[in-house]
Amino acid sequence: MFRIRFHGRGGQGMKTASRILGTAFFLEGYEVQDAPRYGAERRGAPIFAYIRADRKPINERGIIAGPDLVVVADDSLVPLPAAGVLQGIREPTVILLKSCESGATWRQRLNIKNPIVTLPETGEAEDSAELRYIGAACAGAAAGVLGIISRESLAQAIQEELGRLGEAVLAKNRANALASFDAIKKSAAVNVTEGGSIPAQPYKRPAWIDLPFEDARISAPVIHAGLTSVEVRTGLWRTMAPVIDYSLCRGCWWVCSTFCPDGVISVRDNQPVIDYDHCKGCLVCVAQCPSHAIAAVPEKEEQARKKAVAGEAS
Amino acid sequence: MSRRLLTGNGSAAWGARLARVDYIPAFPITPQTEIIETIAEWIDRGKMTGRMVTMESEHAMITAAGAASATGVRVFSATSSQGLLYAMEMIYSVAGWRTPLVLVNVSRGISAPITLEPDHNDVLAARDSGFLQIHCSTCQEVLDTTLMAYRLAEDERVRLPVIVNQDGFYLSFTREPVEIPDSRPAAEFVGDYNPENMGFRASSPSSQAVAVLGAGAYSYFRYETHLAAREALSVYEEVAREYRERFGRYHPIVETYRTEDAEYAFVMMDSFATKAKDGVDRLRESGVKIGLVRPRLLRPFPEEQLCRALAGMKGAAVIDQNLSMGKGGVLYTEIASALYGQNEAAPLLASFIGGLGGRDISAEEFYEIAATLQKAVKHNRAPRPRLLYTVEELRAMRKLQAIAHVERHGSKPGE
Repeated sequence: MFRIRFHGRGGQGMKTASRILGTAFFLEGYEVQDAPRYGAERRGAPIFAYIRADRKPINERGIIAGPDLVVVADDSLVPLPAAGVLQGIREPTVILLKSCESGATWRQRLNIKNPIVTLPETGEAEDSAELRYIGAACAGAAAGVLGIISRESLAQAIQEELGRLGEAVLAKNRANALASFDAIKKSAAVNVTEGGSIPAQPYKRPAWIDLPFEDARISAPVIHAGLTSVEVRTGLWRTMAPVIDYSLCRGCWWVCSTFCPDGVISVRDNQPVIDYDHCKGCLVCVAQCPSHAIAAVPEKEEQARKKAVAGEAS
Repeated sequence: MSRRLLTGNGSAAWGARLARVDYIPAFPITPQTEIIETIAEWIDRGKMTGRMVTMESEHAMITAAGAASATGVRVFSATSSQGLLYAMEMIYSVAGWRTPLVLVNVSRGISAPITLEPDHNDVLAARDSGFLQIHCSTCQEVLDTTLMAYRLAEDERVRLPVIVNQDGFYLSFTREPVEIPDSRPAAEFVGDYNPENMGFRASSPSSQAVAVLGAGAYSYFRYETHLAAREALSVYEEVAREYRERFGRYHPIVETYRTEDAEYAFVMMDSFATKAKDGVDRLRESGVKIGLVRPRLLRPFPEEQLCRALAGMKGAAVIDQNLSMGKGGVLYTEIASALYGQNEAAPLLASFIGGLGGRDISAEEFYEIAATLQKAVKHNRAPRPRLLYTVEELRAMRKLQAIAHVERHGSKPGE
C-alpha cells in the first residue's frame, strides 16, 4: 500500500492536491482513500491531507503514521513542530519539498538521510495570484516521483477535480501540474517504495496506563488565566503580509482596524499599526483601505526586508 | 451505475438524491455541512428536485422534518453532535408522531470540552428515542443504507424515523470508491412513499400525536412504538435481501468477518471496525483464531443475531467508542444483556473504551486487546474495563496541566 501525506497551509490547496493524486491513482486502477485533516478551518494554519492507494480494498483508516512519501508545499512548515511534517518518517520515506534550496542542504539541516527531492519555486513569490496553483503543482510532482501514474491519468484527474472551475483555471492548473510532473520525471532518481502492514507477531506492545483518579481541582478542564490567546503566535500562519505605506495612509484609522476580523490593527498617534505576531494575513484590510495604502506582500519577502532593516540598525 | 471516489458526506447526499426526497430542512454543523451544500448545489442546478429550507436551529429543523413527513412527503435531513442534542426534544417527539423521515448523523464527540472529531456519544444520546439506528463503516454503506432506510422507515409495519450514522472525518471527509446506483433502479427499489392514513393538511384539520389521555393510552402508544421497532428487524432483513438482489451488495443486520471457526472476536461499530478487520487478518497470520462482529443495527438491538454470531466463542472484546459516565461502554453493556440467560455458554466478555474524540486505535492495540482477551480466557477471569490510553498521552496531558496550573497559580503543581 502507498501511504502519502501532503503538508501545506490552509488556502494552498492541499485538499485539492490530495484529491488530484487520489483520482489519478484511481484512474490507474488502484483502490484509493483520500482525506484532508484540519481543525477549526483557517487560512494559513498548517494543515495536511493524506492518501492511501493499494491494489486491494483498504481497511486501514485515519492519520498516516508511517508515510512512504511526504509532500510539503511550503518549506517554512518544516521547522514548525505543530506541523508535524517529519512525523513517522522511516529510512526509505521520500520527501518532496517545494523549496529554493537543494535536497542536500535540507538533508544536512535536518540531519536525516532520507531522499529529498525539491521542486523549485517558480515565480510565485513575485505574483501572489500564482500562489493558488501550488496544490496542482505538488500533485503533479508527487505523481512524477511515484513513477506509476501516467501523464494522461494526471491530466484526466485534474480535469475531473477542477473542471467545474472553468477552462482558464483548469488550463493553468494543468500546465503547472504537467510542468512539475515533467521536471521531476527528468531530474529525480528516487524510488518510492510501498510500506507493508504491521505484523501481529512480534509487535511493540502499547504502553497503556490506568488513568488515576484525580479530584476536580485537577481534572476539570479549566484555565483561569486570561489572555491565553496572546501566547499563540498566529502570525506564523501568514503566507502574505499586509504592509501599510504610511505616505498614502490618510489616517482615517477606523476602516482597517474595524474590518480586521482578528482585531490586530490598533491606532497609535493617529496611525494604524499592525500586530504582526497575531495577524494571520487574511488581507481583509488590503481590500478595505479606501486609499489603497495597504499592500499584500509575500511573507518571505517581508521577512527578508525586516531582516535587512534589523541588520542595518545593528 | 458508476464507481467513483466519494466522501461519506457525498454518499449521504447521493442516497437522498436517489431516494427522490421531497423536502430537506437543513442547518449546518461541522462535519455534516458538505451534505447540505451538495444537495443545495444539485437543487440549484436542477439535478435534484425537492425543496430545501434552511432553518434557524436543529430544533426547528427536526420539527419541520416531522411536520412535513406527517403531510405525506418524503423527508431527509442531516446533523451532528451538538446539533443532534439541540434537537433532542423533537427527536423524541417526531418518533412518537410515527413519521418516517431519514436523518443522517455525522458522529462527533460531545462538548465539553469541545471537539470536532468522532465518537458515538452524540448518536447514543438518541438511543431510546424511537428513531431506529443503522451504523455504517464505509462510504458505500452510507449511500446504500440511506436508500434502504426509506424502505424500512416507510414500511407500514414499522413507520418510524431512522438515523443513519457515519463517523465524522473518518468517513464524512474521506473519499473511497463508491458505486452509485442508476437513478431508475434506485427509484424502483425505494418506490413511492405511501403515507396511507397520514395526510396532515392545513385545509383539513386533524390532530397528529394527540394530547395525553392518561397512563393507559400513553403506555399503549409507547409500547406500540417499541413493538414496531422490534418488528423492524425482520423488515430490515427483507429490505437488505431485496437490495442485494437488485444491486449485488448485502448489508446484514450484524456483519461477521472471519468468524466461522473463530475462538475470539472483536465487537465494534462504525468506521473503526474496518481497522479491526486488518487486525483480524494480521492476527490470523500469526495463528490467532479471531474474527470481527459488527452490529449495524443498534436500534432495534439484534440480540438473536449477536448471540448467534458469538455462539461457541471463548472470548469477545467489545470496543466502545463511547462512554456512559459512571457505567462504561454502552455496547458492552448491551451485548452483556443479550448474552445473559442464554442456554449456550456465553463467551467471556472484555470491555475496552477507545477512539473517544477521534483518538486513533493502532494496529498494535488491536493485537494487545487480542492478547489480553486470550489471557483472560486462559485464567477464566474477565479483565477490568480498559481505556485505550498510553503513557505518552498522559505525559502530554501533564504538560498541558502544568501550563494551566502555572497560569492559574503562578507555580507548578506540588510547589
